[in-house]
Amino acid sequence: MTFQAVYTSEEKIKEIRNQFPILKEKINGKPLIYFDNAATTQKPQTVIDAIVNYYSHQNANIHRGVHTLSQKATDAYEYARKKVATFINAPKSEQIIFTRGTTESINLVAFSYARAFLNEGDEIIISALEHHSNIVPWQMVCEEKNLQLKVIPINDKGELLMDAYESLLSNKTKIVAVNHISNALGTINPIKTIISKAHAFGAVVLIDGAQSVSHLKIDVQTLNCDFFAFSGHKMFASTGVGVLYGKEELLNKMPPFMGGGDMIKTVTFEKTEYNELPHKFEAGTPHIEAGITIANAIEYIESVGFEFIMEHEQHLLQYATQKISEIERIKIIGTAAHKASVLSFIVQEIHPYDIGVLLDKMGIAVRTGHHCTQPIMDRFCIPGTVRASFAFYNTLEEIDIFIESLKKAIAMLK
Amino acid sequence: MEFEKRQKEIIDEFEFLTDWMEKYEHIIELGKSLPLIEEKYKTDDNIIKGCQSRVWLHADLNNGKVIYTADSDAIITKGMIALMIRALSGLTPDEIINAELHFIDKIGLKEHLSPTRSNGLLSMIKQMKLYAIAFKAKQTN
Repeated sequence: MTFQAVYTSEEKIKEIRNQFPILKEKINGKPLIYFDNAATTQKPQTVIDAIVNYYSHQNANIHRGVHTLSQKATDAYEYARKKVATFINAPKSEQIIFTRGTTESINLVAFSYARAFLNEGDEIIISALEHHSNIVPWQMVCEEKNLQLKVIPINDKGELLMDAYESLLSNKTKIVAVNHISNALGTINPIKTIISKAHAFGAVVLIDGAQSVSHLKIDVQTLNCDFFAFSGHKMFASTGVGVLYGKEELLNKMPPFMGGGDMIKTVTFEKTEYNELPHKFEAGTPHIEAGITIANAIEYIESVGFEFIMEHEQHLLQYATQKISEIERIKIIGTAAHKASVLSFIVQEIHPYDIGVLLDKMGIAVRTGHHCTQPIMDRFCIPGTVRASFAFYNTLEEIDIFIESLKKAIAMLK
Repeated sequence: MEFEKRQKEIIDEFEFLTDWMEKYEHIIELGKSLPLIEEKYKTDDNIIKGCQSRVWLHADLNNGKVIYTADSDAIITKGMIALMIRALSGLTPDEIINAELHFIDKIGLKEHLSPTRSNGLLSMIKQMKLYAIAFKAKQTN
């Protein structure tokens, strides 16, 4: 990297950080260092402004009113849907279903698609890297319908064993549901290969993209996935909104997941005719302003640019990995060849919780625990890890402070 | 009252600790002095599950006084338990039932009782009181 390039990126990060008011907060008297981005990201001013603007100038219920405000709110909400479609290159905006988050998106597919179209003896494949939200819904539907749940194992680096995956696939496989990036370990999974191999057996594939949308450019058509799920709050938008993308023919044949207003065409006590996509899956008044903020978040991400995001985050990951490896008794959990900016580790003989408490005292927000991935922790025979996860607004200086603070915490806990 | 005396002692002791580091170093030290639960009582029945650190608690009634022993896999949690045990162990069931534990707030460690901490401490206090209630019921029967 040339000096000029470093200078430019430093300037750019400074400008970016100015857009996130929370980064100026002090925690326990210290400047906040926010390394819990895999749990939720902070919000840029444009997203915060959009929420205020919505309640100041747009608030009305959507899709129903003939009055101007309702139209304004509906337009803003539907604009966000179009933005999402373009962002992940979905063929039509009707294929974008707004949900409460990734969890609800996955549940929608489990309880609509799997419940309607899978039969006793059919198999669903997930991986050992899944978040509980991509395990439990499938277990529930498996129990209900007598289906088999198969799990792709991982190696000691936290990478999926692709040979084992291939041997799990058969004509009985109806659904493959895996994450794009592991929230606990940061592993980037070879989803394109996973998808094409599943399709060879006629299975549909759901990708849990909760951890990838803010780090990698997603193109659902190139991936050729059948479903893609993610959350707004992990990509700089407000909490309470998520997305399910699905192939049109699949969404069309799927029964509704929830009943209520907005998802119907006509209702009589004898029969209800369901609405068309995407409204068929969006019963009730949604989290309107959260949905709207997705558009602002996408515009913001695009203004920063994925090229910069990927380069800077990889730089942060490499720097932090190198620095932390120099500390005695540290063991990094998750050393896959392809990793997103997630650094999960344990300190031998010290409980992750103790590290988390002391880092918090020094103004550093990390996640400790099992990260809703207990099977991964069991696989590595540990109670949990300390996880530092970086976003593009984080800096090398913050990593330096984190490393020094971590050393201090370890010294106290020895 | 014995409990109030103990509570005041703890508050006074922490007053001398000025910054967070001293405070936590003290808690970590206290963790090492925790009256440990016997291994045979470290069972699933005696475990108080927090999301993150686990706590084991056992209680005996000895001459009308409740004696607690405990353990945790996290040292800071262990230190916090040691404080609770110091405040409550060896008191009568009635004293424990009526004890208002405000010292945690006073010594600036209230955050450890927040449900988001998931350290099992809040459930542990509840469990300590439940033991006292159970022992009291047994005594009066």
